[in-house]
Amino acid sequence: MLILHCPCCGIDADETELTPGGTAHLKREGPGSSDEAFERYLFLRENPRGVHFERWRHAHGCGKWFHAARCTMTLEVFGTYSAQTHAPPREILDRIAERRPQERREVA
Amino acid sequence: MSDVATPLADASFDGFVSVSEAPRTGMISLRGDLSDTALREVCGAVTGAAFPASRGASLDGSHGVLWMAPDEVLLLVAPGSVPDSLDRIGTALSDRHHLAVDVTDARALISVDGLGVRDVLAKLTPADVSPGNFGPGELRRTRFAQVAAAFWMPTEDSARVICFRSVATYVFDLLCHAAAPGGEVGYYR
Repeated sequence: MLILHCPCCGIDADETELTPGGTAHLKREGPGSSDEAFERYLFLRENPRGVHFERWRHAHGCGKWFHAARCTMTLEVFGTYSAQTHAPPREILDRIAERRPQERREVA
Repeated sequence: MSDVATPLADASFDGFVSVSEAPRTGMISLRGDLSDTALREVCGAVTGAAFPASRGASLDGSHGVLWMAPDEVLLLVAPGSVPDSLDRIGTALSDRHHLAVDVTDARALISVDGLGVRDVLAKLTPADVSPGNFGPGELRRTRFAQVAAAFWMPTEDSARVICFRSVATYVFDLLCHAAAPGGEVGYYR
């Protein structure tokens, strides 16, 4: 059972209260972008066996979106954070680096 | 004027706890900046209850303020005073971005009373309802079986469940089934 802490209302929400929202920190390529950039955005996603940054919505609770860092292999959760950001916060990245020193992560 | 029909027509059920439709209560959904003093003051003026903290349920009798989300509260008032309350909110917040809607007839309110009320809730929701984690003064928005619902506990031995009117019968039947005689769990005693 996956339990994520909702940073918006402070509840440790059960998976069944949440709605998944896919990969976080994607930059949408809109009108005016090149075909290559749009292809990269739409199809060429990284899908590592390991830590993912995901969007989740506390749908049956406060209804707000938030982000979570989670390993899809082991279901280990490294933390959740506000969705009002462009990149994962430092402490989440530090926690991942501490627990997974072998994983190199290229995040701005 | 035609008679007002409550969602469950005052249904009630006696199991190891009693389940019944609560008396019709006026409900106003208010969204805005909850840190705003004017918003907090008008909530207090309309309901007579203090403004709750995050995830709080601040009640004065059957009236009060329920914290629903970081930008949303639900006000419980007398059914007859809803139009007047909306006027007062509109006046107090006229220069601020906000939304106040009468949802009295869009929600159903169910009372669950008796020893073992926590067991009945725990059968239906993934929320932690253990005494150390949830109690009077708090509100929990969550899921009851397949639908969204919220609940709070006026006392240790009673709970109020609020859900959408369209699923009122479903939630009422769930609670009755969970409270059926012979279904006592006795875990939270």
